[in-house]
Amino acid sequence: MASVPAVLTSEWTKIRTVSSTTWTLISAFAVTAAMSAALCALMNSQFDELPAAEQATFDPALLSFSGMVLGQLAMVVFGVLVVSTEYSSGMIRTSLAAVPQRGSFLFSKILVAGVLSLVVGLATSFATFFLGQALLGDHRTDIGAENVLRAVFGGGIYMGLIAIFSMGVATMLRSSMLSLGILMPFFFLVSQILSAVPGAKNVARYFPDQAGSKIMQVVPAAMNSEPAPYGPWGGLGILAAWVVAALIGGYLVLKKRDA
Amino acid sequence: MIELDGLTKRFGNKVAVDHLSFQVRPGMVTGFLGPNGAGKSTTMRMMLDLDNPTSGSVRIDGKHYRELSEPLKHIGALLDAKSMHGGRSAYDNLLCLAQSNRIPESRVPEVLDTVGLTAVAKKKSKSFSLGMGQRLGIAAALLGDPEILMFDEPVNGLDPEGIHWIRNLMKTLAAEGRTIFVSSHLMSEMALTAEHLIVIGQGRLLADTSMADFIHQNSRSYVRMRSPQQERLRDVLHEAGIIAVESGSGVLEIDGSTSEQLGELAAQHQIVLHELSSQRASLEEAFMQMTADSVEYHAHADHAGWPPPPAGPQWGEQWNQQHDSFTSGTSGPGKGA
Repeated sequence: MASVPAVLTSEWTKIRTVSSTTWTLISAFAVTAAMSAALCALMNSQFDELPAAEQATFDPALLSFSGMVLGQLAMVVFGVLVVSTEYSSGMIRTSLAAVPQRGSFLFSKILVAGVLSLVVGLATSFATFFLGQALLGDHRTDIGAENVLRAVFGGGIYMGLIAIFSMGVATMLRSSMLSLGILMPFFFLVSQILSAVPGAKNVARYFPDQAGSKIMQVVPAAMNSEPAPYGPWGGLGILAAWVVAALIGGYLVLKKRDA
Repeated sequence: MIELDGLTKRFGNKVAVDHLSFQVRPGMVTGFLGPNGAGKSTTMRMMLDLDNPTSGSVRIDGKHYRELSEPLKHIGALLDAKSMHGGRSAYDNLLCLAQSNRIPESRVPEVLDTVGLTAVAKKKSKSFSLGMGQRLGIAAALLGDPEILMFDEPVNGLDPEGIHWIRNLMKTLAAEGRTIFVSSHLMSEMALTAEHLIVIGQGRLLADTSMADFIHQNSRSYVRMRSPQQERLRDVLHEAGIIAVESGSGVLEIDGSTSEQLGELAAQHQIVLHELSSQRASLEEAFMQMTADSVEYHAHADHAGWPPPPAGPQWGEQWNQQHDSFTSGTSGPGKGA
């Protein structure tokens, strides 16, 4: 058996020596923070024009995470590239010849990349929270307020899990183009649209992003949205189940198919 | 030592590798020869546990590949020039491989030096030419100082200097007692490097023999004679019971006699000779005849007749010169003119 610490060291070297790691993770951070800041500033100036129902359920914490709708796409790209460049470069054959225990290989890679994306996700959610609150003026909330810390931590975990989910999908599909071509429109368009369509929304609320992002709500039914049949932790659990399913699928494909 | 036992790989209905059983022994270069599509690369991928065999097994020093702890220390392989991440430097590509098998980092500059890539160690490997990519792949194979080395078509894309280098590298490695297994679709390349030969066609084993035996059995040797007194020469040969075949433009080809015998015979009868040369049909031709029935992709439907062997020094002749046992007085055509 290959030594697991050795494989982890190797995977860490792989991640830190390619430039895509830097630019995708910096993008995730910067895009989330910038878009959240802009929306917080806008809402602060437009608060009085909001419908009464939205004013009543105004969720300043959630609003400061609104940039994750875009920022998560950079996490998807990170997750996909970590896995699929092994295939597109042909490195996978070299890697598996060095570490023929495919489970050790895959889960070492995902552990290293997953921890890194969770760290970046948490840094992003804390930064975007404080930046957003600073721009919300009188409508701000405080990190010490009820459930706010849970939402901030949850936001970081959400971003990390989205990246890990993408790694699992990319391991199944073994192609950057295919993985990005499915995941990007799904998270950016399909999921968003279906969640607004009557009838479809009952299904769409179990999608990974729709369910997982509930963890960032502090006010139930925030911004006058429909209440979900699960709580914040239940929602994160649904996302975690998607992640586990993607990883099992990826593992089975890697184990069975020829490299 | 690599042992294959009934190794079989099917892709749907197509059999790529068909019950292959052979051994690759240490201390020599074993050539793995077959036309394109014969199943060489698939066999090599199964040896490294990259492809799962449909049936049969491969043992590396008695173990399945997956049972090797830190396999790069046992077996190094060059499968494909494109087997590294292009966005990573040559050094970093080798470093992450070394780390995964607990090979000291000091080996990385060593192998880069061995393959002559020290100057470009920090460059991204996507900027490498095909030949440099091959060298990087060879560096990766050498990283763990393994006892067994496998090279899949290593000379592809190399310039003549690179080809010369890799031939010598393989011989040096074999002389150190290592097991070298190298595939090629060129008989000529094998004749220069390999001592033992495994030939496959359409996934089936066609030959498992020493290179010397292969040359001995598969290359027809004959003597070419040319004389201005051709009629007399034919009569003399006929009287001596020697059958000569005229092959156009006044050339006689004689099977079953040595050039010494024929030269002395002509001298006894005072016949002037313009040419007397022993010839050997090309190994390439022998290889093509052996695999003709099993070639996957023919250039055209009609392949009844292979083109005649090219004029000039034949493939394998260099090998023969190195191993003098087979030839005496070999010369190219036109020497006596």
